[in-house]
Amino acid sequence: MTQHLENSAVTQPPAAEPRLRADDVTLAYDKRVISENLSVDVPDGSFTVIVGPNACGKSTLLRALSRLLRPAAGSVVLDGKAISSYGAKETAKIVGLLPQSSIAPDGITVVDLVARGRYPHQGLIRQWSSADEAAVENAMEVTNVAALRNRLVDELSGGQRQRVWAAMALAQQTPILLLDEPTTFLDIAHQIDLLNLFEDLNQAGNTLIAVLHDLNQAARYATNMIAMKGGHVLAHGAPKDVVTADLVHEVFGLECLVVDDPATGTPLVIPKARVRSAP
Amino acid sequence: MTGLASQNSPEVSPQAGRDGHLSFPVPGGAFRVHRRSFIVGLVVTALTLLLALVALGSGDYPLSIPEVLTAAFTDQGFASKIVLEWRLPRVLAAVAFGAALAASGALFQTLTRNPLGSPDVIGFSTGAYTGAIVSITLVGSTFLSESVGVLLGGLITALVVYLLAWRGGVQGFRLIIVGIAVTAALSAVNTYLLLLAQTEVAMAASIWGAGSLSLVGWSDLAPALPALIVLGVLTALVVPPLRQLELGDDAAHAHGVRTEPTRLAVLAVGVALIAITTAISGPIAFIALAAPQIARRITHSPGTPVGAAATVGALLLLAADTAAQHLIPGSVPVGVVTVVIGGVYLVAVLVQEARKQL
Repeated sequence: MTQHLENSAVTQPPAAEPRLRADDVTLAYDKRVISENLSVDVPDGSFTVIVGPNACGKSTLLRALSRLLRPAAGSVVLDGKAISSYGAKETAKIVGLLPQSSIAPDGITVVDLVARGRYPHQGLIRQWSSADEAAVENAMEVTNVAALRNRLVDELSGGQRQRVWAAMALAQQTPILLLDEPTTFLDIAHQIDLLNLFEDLNQAGNTLIAVLHDLNQAARYATNMIAMKGGHVLAHGAPKDVVTADLVHEVFGLECLVVDDPATGTPLVIPKARVRSAP
Repeated sequence: MTGLASQNSPEVSPQAGRDGHLSFPVPGGAFRVHRRSFIVGLVVTALTLLLALVALGSGDYPLSIPEVLTAAFTDQGFASKIVLEWRLPRVLAAVAFGAALAASGALFQTLTRNPLGSPDVIGFSTGAYTGAIVSITLVGSTFLSESVGVLLGGLITALVVYLLAWRGGVQGFRLIIVGIAVTAALSAVNTYLLLLAQTEVAMAASIWGAGSLSLVGWSDLAPALPALIVLGVLTALVVPPLRQLELGDDAAHAHGVRTEPTRLAVLAVGVALIAITTAISGPIAFIALAAPQIARRITHSPGTPVGAAATVGALLLLAADTAAQHLIPGSVPVGVVTVVIGGVYLVAVLVQEARKQL
């Protein structure tokens, strides 16, 4: 695996306006307000990871950035224009999403499923081109599912299936890719596998924004972290600035030590031992 | 499968037809179809044509296939009149209506992600029947009043089911449950209306309610066929985004599909297909339910293939109508034949689904 980039390079705020940002948005489901007056910049070329306790609004923020949720106020801005002013397919050529859960149609093969990611690039009559072919092959290559191409998706293991969904999102070839808890339900080896894949993608120039549950994984892979609580951003910056004992306590209410990860030097959160009354 | 061999050569020509697809070159790329679905479609269409020729020659005045062709393309007096004016409308109706019912079923089943999610299960036919009874009672049994009543009854039922199932978007399973409930309620209403009605009204309604192609003539097909062709084009337009909806709303959205407008468009096309058919022939069960599933099993295509389902539906309804007309003594309405087969099929699907759940 390639070594990690040092994080210092991305701590300076980017000079130009980032391609994707949330500008003073209020996010709500029906009447239930999740976030108010939330502003978040997603630095171009970053691997931005959003962390926070359950129901802190991190998935909601991701849904807003991916246009799945229309802000009640404010706007998500893509390349200087409100994302809602773009056509649906137009957005889908720039911003991709690996949803938390998707459904594989009965009897679909891996290559057919990955090819469905090409939809925004296809027309009514021109349904397939050499560009589509190349994108699908490349996506399967990168995610290491090419050997499974003619297998039925239903028959794959959880780890393989998640890679196929990732391949579908990659086949879309968007410069910005959102990942909603991509490693949930995977065992530790498959989690690391997938995160390594995303890291490679990021180093190849893609902007990634992920919601992750595991703080240590977030600190290890993120170039930029956002810590959220109660719908607000409490900290935003390089992992070593965000993941501190004080902040973890503030965000998660967890007493912990933060040490350097012996493998990567990134912050490593170690929960403090419980003081037991009995021996 | 051509698969693995070309793994390292992404510049492979799209015409190669790999991974189970056939490609037809068009400017800038290719039009792609699932190979097996395409072949099944062709074979089934050929069978349908053959059966159509047989059906055109069957009856009290039997004709061989060459005689049918001669009568159809040259003026053979009485034989031509029989083939073109008496038998052809019914055969055409069976083919076109079978295709329309099956396409509608495939659209609904895909939308609801459920093999039971066909328009006859979710209330359309029962609502159309209610409309027919009401219009026959109020206006009398004319073709126009029946058609209008059927269309209104079916469309209002579909709209009511959609609105009752709506909760910030419509989920397939809720649509089926609400549909079954509305169907049950409307069946009771239909029985009540028939009990109240005068004998001749009840008779007229029952004849319509059995579902038959025996009275279809050119005057019915003249408006119906062009409408069905337009709807066929619309179906082709809604299928690509519908295939994306199969992946779940989030993924479909991420791929640039406007999910709720797409769902509404699919519902509208599906309801229109079945409405036109039902207005003319009465409710014909089973085709919309079974043809898509049969097509899925023989094509091995991912999801429910709409085009292949339409060809299977055409063959099924033509076969059922030919059997109803010539094989069963007393010429029963085709709706009765399809209901009997459909009942058996429905039980089979239910048993299979129930086992899957356990």
